[in-house]
Amino acid sequence: MAVQIETVRPKQGDAADAKPDLERIEVELLLEGVYRQYGFDFRSYAYASIRRRLWKRIESEGLTSLSALQERVLHEPEMMEKLLLDLSINVTAMFRDPGFYVAFREKVIPMLRTYPFIRLWHAGCSTGEEVFSMAILLKEEGLYERSRIYATDINEVVLQRAKGGIFPIDRMQEYTDNYIRAGGKSSFSEYYTAKYGGALFSPSLTKNVVFSQHNLVTDKSFSEFNVILCRNVLIYFDKELQTKVHELFYGSLSMFGLLCLGSKESMRFMRYEQCYEQVSGEKIYRKVK
Amino acid sequence: MTTPGVVAIGTSWGGLSALGRILSSLPGDFRSPIIVVQHRSKDSDNLLAKLLQDISDLKIHEAEDKDTLLPSHVYVAPADYHLLVDAGEVSLTVDAPFRYSRPSIDVAFESVARSFGSAAIGVVLTGANDDGARGLARIIALGGQGIVEDPKTAEMPVMPEAAKRASPSAEVLPLQDIPARLVRMVNAPGQMKRKAG
Ligand SMILES: C[S@@+](CC[C@H](N)C(=O)[O-])C[C@H]1O[C@@H](n2cnc3c(N)ncnc32)[C@H](O)[C@@H]1O
Repeated sequence: MAVQIETVRPKQGDAADAKPDLERIEVELLLEGVYRQYGFDFRSYAYASIRRRLWKRIESEGLTSLSALQERVLHEPEMMEKLLLDLSINVTAMFRDPGFYVAFREKVIPMLRTYPFIRLWHAGCSTGEEVFSMAILLKEEGLYERSRIYATDINEVVLQRAKGGIFPIDRMQEYTDNYIRAGGKSSFSEYYTAKYGGALFSPSLTKNVVFSQHNLVTDKSFSEFNVILCRNVLIYFDKELQTKVHELFYGSLSMFGLLCLGSKESMRFMRYEQCYEQVSGEKIYRKVK
Repeated sequence: MTTPGVVAIGTSWGGLSALGRILSSLPGDFRSPIIVVQHRSKDSDNLLAKLLQDISDLKIHEAEDKDTLLPSHVYVAPADYHLLVDAGEVSLTVDAPFRYSRPSIDVAFESVARSFGSAAIGVVLTGANDDGARGLARIIALGGQGIVEDPKTAEMPVMPEAAKRASPSAEVLPLQDIPARLVRMVNAPGQMKRKAG
């Protein structure tokens, strides 16, 4: 008998299992309501993660159901504000996944050296830690002067923080370790000074950076790039939206441009997969057609 | 046909050998997907999956975002990500650590409970903290089943003790009996009625 590969889904039909499906209806209704009432579109975000955030809000408000939260959110803008904060996950770090930066130095930098001018796009840059990490790397490789980094996020608030260039001082030890393992060529502490209760990074790192708001769901391509970095953003989208964003990236990359994804994201099942070759196990892809 | 649901296993200190014990004893035709959440340092690579693959007939992967859950495949939560599930898929996040853990067993179990309801089976093994206790209670509250390693066989009893306390109705079994019990629950589900309700 042929082996049948079947996808495992929750049981349907029997009473004890009605719950998960009803839950999905409620989540979808709430997201639809939020979209129509306030214009924030979370309808194609990854269900499992949205559900977790919604239940957290329900519990901290002392509510017991999604419908109860829906009622509050649709009638009280303050509740929408809270929910918006819950739903924006801006967690980031400098030189997160040091192995990625090592691979970038080894595999990508030699290609970039052949270009007179380099354009990079950090999509979903959050508070900018990644952008500063890349600026440091480019500086150390002698490429920063001919680079321009476009750093975008949907969220204005995190972009303002990124522009400020001040990061929590208590994370500098962790970042220093990351920096060293990422192949850092200098001393990490040279890049910042303790100021305003934080670590103020050298303004020279952002002189070639343009921060601006961009929504990957609704906004179009705004230029052509040699490198696009979008790490740990697509995991918050469902497959359909991931495909749409891949279309945007494909259209925004120059030929032989590089697409860098998060270490547990992949191009599998994406329509554009065959247009790229993977240049490193670290999820670095090169557009080849 | 009844679908086999999912088995979610959480462990911390001492987990590698306990996981080895279980995964090496399960048959290659085990009918559920298995999710494994093992605490480890945030920069550890996929060595855990490789070590487990060497001793198991199941297909072991380090999970990637949107992996499809397949029967007799094992999905190990990657270091520094939370593993959630949505119906038939893995969904990873970099949300803040929950009670100092990422991956967090509680977070994964809660998601399994909400997605699979009574088709979820949670297993808590050895460990030195109380992660998993809340999650297992949630699995049971939503109609699923819970197994806790007997603290006496655990290299570190803290985690199974906490799970036991939070879920008095969970089955407590010595490590060596867990694989056979899982096979009975999953491959011969007709016999698993006794814990219903
Ligand atoms: C978890 S952070 C990732 C930050 C950084 N890239 C990293 O890997 O450390 C995800 C970011 O994606 C942003 N984001 C979410 N939806 C977006 C959208 N539709 N368009 C642009 N950015 C979005 C969030 O605001 C958040 O800052």
